[in-house]
Amino acid sequence: MRTGAAGAAPAGASCKPPAFAIILNQMVQYETARIDASFAALSDATRRGVLEQLGRADASITELADKFHMTLTGMKKHVHVLEQAGLVATEKVGRVRTCKLGPRQLAEETAWIEAYRQLWAARFDALDEIVEELKQKEEVDGRKGRE
Amino acid sequence: MGAKVESDPASGKNRTAAERTTDREVVVTRTFDAPARIVFEAWTRPELLKRWWAPKSYGMSFVSCEADVRAGGAYRFVFSHPDFEQPMAFFGRYVEVTPPSRLVWTNEEAGEGGQVTTVTFEERDGQTLVVVHELYPSKEALDDAVASGASSGFGDEMFDQLDELLATPGASVGR
Repeated sequence: MRTGAAGAAPAGASCKPPAFAIILNQMVQYETARIDASFAALSDATRRGVLEQLGRADASITELADKFHMTLTGMKKHVHVLEQAGLVATEKVGRVRTCKLGPRQLAEETAWIEAYRQLWAARFDALDEIVEELKQKEEVDGRKGRE
Repeated sequence: MGAKVESDPASGKNRTAAERTTDREVVVTRTFDAPARIVFEAWTRPELLKRWWAPKSYGMSFVSCEADVRAGGAYRFVFSHPDFEQPMAFFGRYVEVTPPSRLVWTNEEAGEGGQVTTVTFEERDGQTLVVVHELYPSKEALDDAVASGASSGFGDEMFDQLDELLATPGASVGR
């Protein structure tokens, strides 16, 4: 009785794989260009890790470099790619450049909700038909259960 | 000029709305033109549920649909999809079954971060407002669910699939 909001497990297993394909297909249909733009950014494991990290708390580039065992220069490059895709925003205060989730993250949430809504809308359109059928059947069966 | 005219399906009466209401919750609403007992029946009889739960337009189909619809009863739905190498199972337990007004179940296939789904059926003037609440155990759990659509949840395989999809002319057309 899943709503399709997140991952499903392969039948017979109970691990936690990501199976967001269904909703994602929907997202892709209207978000193609935007997703395409951020795909390069997301295709790298370190950059996905950085996003996850920033989802928990803002961090400086130095902190990120430490966490991911990289040079400052290497991390700067990753952050730059994420920034170009709108996934991360940075702000320099004094000598420290702080990174946080960018405007695209908010857009992702909006897209997620819309994909989620579309899934339910498709379900409910099908449910409408069943409900109509049941109503008609009830009328034919002779108003039992009705006042 | 009534905006609520029944014959106008685009007017909002049958519009499905979805909203993240809090850090931990997503809510979906939809009105059906039938008494609550009928709508409730379609949610609680597996042979009916099976006909609408997996929308055809998503390419999903039921492999099996087992549901012991009573408090404490288990359910297990198995779907196939052309993009899945093997069928996917969704399972959990009914926490509350109160005809014709309320259904609560757990979603356990993703482990401990699974949400609890509460559905209420409110009848008014022969119509039924259905409200689906999905409550996640924490803000992080819902954030993760959202993020899995964009970043952290993907394996390389998923990225390959997406690349393929993005590269397919016309893939963005359709429902």
